[in-house]
This record gives sequence, structure tokens and C-alpha cells, in this order.
Amino acid sequence: MLRPRTTRRPIRWHIVVFLAPAVLIYTAIMIIPLFGTLNLSLFTRGEGNTREFVGLANFVTLFTDPRWSSAFWNATWNNLWFFIVHMLVQNPIGIALAAILSSPRLRFAAFYRSAIFIPAILSFVIVGFVWRLILSPLWGVAPNMMDAIGIGDWFSPWLGQESSALTTLALISVWQFVGIPMMLIYAALLSIPDEVLEAAEMDGITGASQFWKIKLPLILPTIGIVSILTFVGNFNAFDLIYVVQGALAGPNYSTDILGSLLFRTFFGFQLQLGDPHMGATVATVMFFIILAGVSLYLFGIQTRMRRYQF
Amino acid sequence: MTTRKTLTLTTAIALCASGALAQDVTLTIESWRNDDISIWRNQIIPAFEAAHPGIQLDFQPTAPAQYNSALNSKLDAGTAGNIITCRAFDAALQLFERGQLSDLTDLDGMENFSDVAKSAWSTDDGEQTFCVPLASVIHGFIYNAEIFEELGLEAPETEEEFFAVLDAIEEDGGYIPMAMGINDQWEAATMGFANIGVNYWRGEEGRAALIAGESRLTDDEWVAPFEQLSRWVPYLGRGFESQSYPDSQNLFTLGRAAIYPAGSWEIAGFREQADFEMGAFPPPVPAGTDGCFISDHTDMGIGLNAASPNQEEGRAFLSWVAGSEASNLFANAIPGFFPLSDAEVSLEDPLAQEFIGWRDQCESTIRPFHQIVSRGTPNLSNESWTASANVMRGTWTPEEAGAHLQDGLSSWYEPHQ
Amino acid sequence: MSARANILRSSAAHAILIAYTILALYPVFLIVINSMKSRRAIFNEPLALPTRETFDLVGFHTVLEQGNFLLYFQNSLIVTLASLFLVLLFGAMAAFALAEYRFRGNLLMGLYLALGIMIPIRLGTVAILEIMVAANLVNTLTSLVLVYTAQGLPLAVFILAEFMRQVSDDLKNAARIDGLSEYRIFFTIALPLVRPALATVAVFTMIPIWNDLWFPLILAPSDATKTLTLGSQIFLGQYVTNWNAVLAALTLAIFPVVVLYLIFSRQLIRGITRGAVK
Repeated sequence: MLRPRTTRRPIRWHIVVFLAPAVLIYTAIMIIPLFGTLNLSLFTRGEGNTREFVGLANFVTLFTDPRWSSAFWNATWNNLWFFIVHMLVQNPIGIALAAILSSPRLRFAAFYRSAIFIPAILSFVIVGFVWRLILSPLWGVAPNMMDAIGIGDWFSPWLGQESSALTTLALISVWQFVGIPMMLIYAALLSIPDEVLEAAEMDGITGASQFWKIKLPLILPTIGIVSILTFVGNFNAFDLIYVVQGALAGPNYSTDILGSLLFRTFFGFQLQLGDPHMGATVATVMFFIILAGVSLYLFGIQTRMRRYQF
Repeated sequence: MTTRKTLTLTTAIALCASGALAQDVTLTIESWRNDDISIWRNQIIPAFEAAHPGIQLDFQPTAPAQYNSALNSKLDAGTAGNIITCRAFDAALQLFERGQLSDLTDLDGMENFSDVAKSAWSTDDGEQTFCVPLASVIHGFIYNAEIFEELGLEAPETEEEFFAVLDAIEEDGGYIPMAMGINDQWEAATMGFANIGVNYWRGEEGRAALIAGESRLTDDEWVAPFEQLSRWVPYLGRGFESQSYPDSQNLFTLGRAAIYPAGSWEIAGFREQADFEMGAFPPPVPAGTDGCFISDHTDMGIGLNAASPNQEEGRAFLSWVAGSEASNLFANAIPGFFPLSDAEVSLEDPLAQEFIGWRDQCESTIRPFHQIVSRGTPNLSNESWTASANVMRGTWTPEEAGAHLQDGLSSWYEPHQ
Repeated sequence: MSARANILRSSAAHAILIAYTILALYPVFLIVINSMKSRRAIFNEPLALPTRETFDLVGFHTVLEQGNFLLYFQNSLIVTLASLFLVLLFGAMAAFALAEYRFRGNLLMGLYLALGIMIPIRLGTVAILEIMVAANLVNTLTSLVLVYTAQGLPLAVFILAEFMRQVSDDLKNAARIDGLSEYRIFFTIALPLVRPALATVAVFTMIPIWNDLWFPLILAPSDATKTLTLGSQIFLGQYVTNWNAVLAALTLAIFPVVVLYLIFSRQLIRGITRGAVK
């Protein structure tokens, strides 16, 4: 960034000044500690308190030891399903709500927007606690309400069953975060120039078909950004699992995702002592998965989408 | 900057308010017992400070779920408190081996504890001790005495009687026979498996055999407790698969369930929450067993941060903790956490007396997987949580659970290879 | 389009939005009403409003006895606002540099600043704590402000850079011809124009800071520096039986953040709409 003195242009100090505070704080407090931690994946604990360099041995363990690799793949597939549920439920609902909200002359729009966004500002502790209560077979909120509309027989202890626990958790997370795609897409919908919509109306394209034919293609880039933020968020998630199901991600590890596996390995749980080296190994693999997803988006999808932009 | 000014101002005000004087030493105590915060602040700390002017105590608990990870991070960076509440066995042993806990072998008052009591906080060879044994917890069953009276039931002694009682409550239909859920998994393993299993593996005998590699988890004495757990299922409440630990506690203290598979640590909370008479019985004895066993688990110790600048004051506090005055104080302030010291202790709570009375009738043992066999990966103790819950959910048969645990243990533990 | 069809459509829209609003708010409502009921009423009639017989504030008493919640609230507020200020200022400056100037390594710098959203910062805990020990900042609110600033910067730069690119070049060039320095251009032209975007970033940044439990626990657990979330955590653990206290603590934790959000949300909405129209 800084050019050597021999070049003709002088150093533009203002660029340095603009970048310096952010880069310094970010590097010192985030990047150095984090990469110091990821670096631990190349070591193992030796005799006493020493550290022993082992190269990529920890990664070999993670992928070839049957126990580690089955735990890892279990968490990866669960995480993928967690992400798919968000893509199939959260983002379509977010888009639908945004589309309705953006219809002209809608009354109380500000109220709806604020109210629907509120779950996103609550902490995981609150969200986890309240949904555990609602879905509890004893406390009776969900069973009673389902009884009231005559579908009481459909109730079952979803969080306690291997087949349904992960999907239930994913839907809780969807409930919490649906406001974020809604807000971003709402902004994108409003940014469509009026001339475009007027032209469409002149051609007789209105209502639903206007949404599908005109608006949706135009907000695709935003949907792309929402998707990548969802991806990064889902593959970093762990708090909700910890709060609702505990560190062992029960029942029978069916709700274990990469984040919960990582934190259980890194910090330990109960009699299981924390293993920073294997934990860092899992973290490094996660980092590469996320980096791959982000790169795919940046280089594979975003560049193609640019064409639709106005 | 105004923010900065406000910051320092706030800190200054807070410091003045706490009234710390320069010459006094304040010892900060790390603990996971956030439930006991008022007991420490109102009873234990004043009692100690009255006897030791110049030393002040500050009890700073962390929620149990974060205690280990937060404490380890703080110890590594050198910001942990002076006094450390010790988890039993390997978690504390690891801290000692890293040089983060002081050696307390020759602490005044350590002579008040038996080797068994000290075993949870000693090196494997028993040479060095690094935490003062503070309390053990005993497993058993707590029952709602009013429901028992109403239905004309007596506390069962044998397994046969136990199921007869459960059947009778089930038949009456007014109450859930037993309050237990498996959503958090550890209830199944701790209040279930470790609670009733002791009679099958015969306490210390079976535990030692497992450590030595002489008995395997696929053997009868380890599989039978799983079979018992699966027999409990029909007596649990609807949707027990997603019933959490607080759900179970509330179910019992609201009088909706008759029997609660318990640890003695529940006593204090139940006293506060339940408005009915309670009784307790030890794990029922299976037919053909002679003698009886209880899980009397060394659970909590208290040690000294090796990096603390106030070693002398810290040792003074720990000696006081090891003495008989403190033992009595703790035992009665926190009924259900039983003192491990040899000092004469008189308990006032009848339910607590009932629990501690079993020590005279039955042989004590600690939880089976806490020492040595949970040192590797996979972690046997954590695996037993998943296994117990899986058996009760019907995901695994008892035999599969035993085989799974044995498989995991064999994968790293030499005596089993 | 006929007027009748219009009314039909708008009532359908309202029906959907009302339904979803209820879904979003009902769980919160449940916590709040039950926090004011006696324990037995919570379990026997969880859906009922508190009545004269069941009204009970015992949970709030229990919680408020445990600490100086006013001080905790003040700490949370200071930490959140100070971090927000720094994230927005430094983030906007960096975003301006990335969006405005062509220099070697621009793209690389952008990617570098985005790395932070790919690894959870909690993994760096021990190293961060060691830095704070070395700087003698343990048990100060400053340590929290520094960590949250670092944590919030990547997303802030990512979003703000997009908005900075939308600021009209003509305006800036005219200013340059008038002899304004680059700093003046940033502060008097670019910054006011992206104010809407700043509000969006503020909300996204504020939420995790306010709700964080981990760093207050590690970096500033002393009584004088406890945040509200940390102060109420003793009732918010996984295994807590006293539901009166739990629900009261949850209610106390919900209200301030909702109020803060409502303050920002006006700006946020205005921000989104105005920023969008360019």
C-alpha cells in the first residue's frame, strides 16, 4: 500500500490515516489472536506443559480416525441441513414479508417492520429459554394451543426426538432471524427506480407477475448477499444449540453442528478437558469451509449477477 | 473524551463504595455455585472475616456451564481469583499438573480428611493433595410423603417393592409416578445410571475392577442398570424425551409427581419450593444382593491459585475451611452438600439427616467413570450421558449401550485393550 | 384495478402481517406476563394474564437483590455506545478509503478486513486476555470496548463500503476544486450522506454487543464493571429452577435492548429508504 519513495506519486497520507485505526485495532485484537489460535492446530501437547510441532497430523486424525471423522461429518451434514432450512424457510418468508411491506400506501408498515424485527435483537438465552418453555410437554403452551384448534394429537416432544430436534432448532433460529433478510430485501425493493415499475405497468405487468418478472430479478444481488450472510452465520452458529440442548447437542448428537463441536472440543465439557489443538483443527477446517463458500459467492455468483444490476 | 471520563469516574465510585482499605487483603473466590451466593455473602464470609481481621473475601461465582472454560482462560492469562473451587478428579488434577494450583499437602487441617476424601484432589500416587475436600453429594430418591400417605405407600427397599410402588401410583392415576426427563441427558446418567447402578457393580469393588481392566462394560453388572432404566420409562411423564432438568424439579415440587430420582444437592432448593413433607430412600436393592451401596460422590473441593500473591492469607482461609467450625457451617447452610471432614458434624435438616444416615447402613462409592477412565477421547463420562438417554429413548438396547461404551474405552485405555 | 380488489388485497396483506407479528411477539409477551405471576400460576395457567390473585413480583425482588442493576445497566450502556461510536467512525473511515481511492492492495485490504466474519472471535480468548493483562486493562470497560470494536469492524466496513461507493463523485470533486482537504470531504460530505447506512450498521453491531456474556465474564467480571447481561446471568444458566427469578431476569434483559432498538429503528428505516433512493 505504501509506495517506496522512488515512485513519482507521493505517499497519500490521508489513505493511511483513514485505514490505520480500523486496521490496527482489528489486527491487534482480532487477527493476531485468532491466527495464533488456528496455529495451534499444527501442534500437540507434549510432556509437561510443552508444545510439540506435528505438522498436519491433527488434520489427518480429524479425517481418518473413525471417531473424529464420524463426529465431524455428522456435524457437517447437520450444519448443512441447518443452512438448507434457513434458505428454504427463512429467506422466502423474509422476501415475502418484505414484498408485502413494500406495497405502496400500506398503513402501519413501520409498526410491522419493527415488531417483526424484534426477535432478532433478543439474546440466545432468551430465545432458547422461551422456546423450550413453549415446546415443553409439561408446561403446556404448545400442547394447549394445539388442543384448542383440534390438532392436539399432533403434538410430540420435538426437541427430544432424534428425527425432529435439529429441524425444530433450525426453525427456532429462523423465527429469531427472519427480520434480517426482511430488512435487507425491503431496502432493495424500495431502491428499484419508479420509472422501471411505471414502465412495467404501462406494459400491463402488475401485481404478482410484476413481482416475479420485474422485481425479483432486480433484487437477486441482495438475495445473494442475504444468502452468503446466512451461510456465514449458520456455519458459525452454536449458542442456540448450547442453550437449548446443552454442549452434548442431544439427543444422541443429532443437533451437533460444527460450532457446537468446535466449542465442546476447544473448551471441553464436564470431565472432558478442553483440547485447544484439536479444537483449533476443527476451527481451521470450518474457516476453510466458510472461505470456500464466500469465495464461491464472490467469484462464481456475484460476478455473474452483476449483469442484472442497473 | 467524555466516555473515558465517565469510565474512570464509574470505576472510582464503585471502588469507594466497596470500601476496600489499602492494607486489607481481599481474596477473590472462583466458584460455579451461583445458587449459594447469598449463603456465602450472609453466613460464610462474615463468619470467616470475624475471625480473621485483615482478610476479606469476595465470592464471585460463574454459571456452571461456563465455569471450566472461563476459569481456564483466566488462569492461563493470570487473572483468575485467589481461591479456586475445584471440580473433582481430572479437571483439577490438570490444573495442578500445569502448576496453576498450589500444593496443599501440608496445610494445617488437611489431617482432618481421610485418604478416600482426599482422593478426588490428589495425584494418582496419593503423594500430593491440592484442594481441601469440601463436600460430597449422595444419590437416592426423594418422594412426596403426602402422596405416599394418601395412597398408603411405604418407601421401598428392594427393587421389587420399588416397581410395586410405581405401579400403585400409576394405577391411581392422579400423579406422575416419577419425575425425570432426558432432554439434558445428564439426569439419565447421573440420577439414573450412577444412582441405581452401584448395587449392581457393588460400589468400589466394581469401579476398581473396571479401572484395572478386570471387568468390562458389556458385563452384566454394567448392562443391568441400563435395563433398569428402560423399565422406568412407562412411569415417566408424557413427553419425557424433551423434559428438561428444571421441568423435572418443578414437576416434583409442584406436587404433580410422586418420586424424584435425586442428588442430595436438591434438598435446599426443594425445601424452598415444595410445600409438602418429603422423605427419601436409597437406591432399591436388587433381589439376591447382600448389603447395599450408595453413590457418595466427592464433588467439590477448594484450592489456592498458585499465581496468587497472597499465598499466606489463602492458606489461612483454607485451614479455616478444613476446620470443624466451617464444616458445620457449610453442612447446615447448604444442606445436601455433605462435609467430607472427619470432624463431628450435626445436621439440622431431617431430609439431609436421612441421606447422610445411609452412610452407616450402606457402603459408599463415587461415580463410576470419574477417576482415570474418563481421561481419553472419547470421554467415557460424557458418552455415558448420551448412552443412558439413548437407552431410555429406545434408540439403543441396554446391550448396545454397554458395547458402545466399551468400544470407546477400549479405543484408548490400555488395560482394556 | 378496481377499488374492491384493492381493498381485498390490502386486507390480505394486513392479515398476513398481523399473523406474523403475533408469531414474532407472542413468545416475548409470554415471558413478560409470566414474570409477574406467582410460581403456581405460571405452571397451572401459563397463557393467562396475571390476575389480582396471581400477581406477584417476587421474581423481580429476587433478581434486584442480587446486585446493583442500575450500575450494570450503565456499564452496558457505556460499553455498547462507546463501541458503536468507534465501530461506526473507524469503519466508515476505512470504508471511505477502500471505496474512494485506488491504491495498490485495495482489494486485498478489503478481503483482509472481511476475514474476521469467518472465525468466531471467542477462539482468540486467551490471547486477547493476555493482551489486556499486558496493557493493564483487565476489569475495565475499555477492554470490552476494544474487543467489541474489533469484532464489529469487519461487517461495518463490508456494508459501509458499498454505501460509500454510492456517494456522488461530482459532489466530492467539486469540493476538491474548492480546496477542501480529504478529511473535510469525508466528514462534511461523505459521512452525512451515508448516515442512513450508519444506522443499519449500528443495529447489526449493537445486538451482539449488548447480548454478549462471554467477554464480560472473562475480561471484566468485577462488580464495578459487570454488564447487565453478565449481572443477570446467574439466573440465566442452563439449570435454574427458580422460574420467577428467571422470567424476571429475562424481562429485565429484554426491555432495555428493545428501547435502544426502537430509538435506532426510526433512523434505520429512514436510512434504508433514503439510502436506497440514492
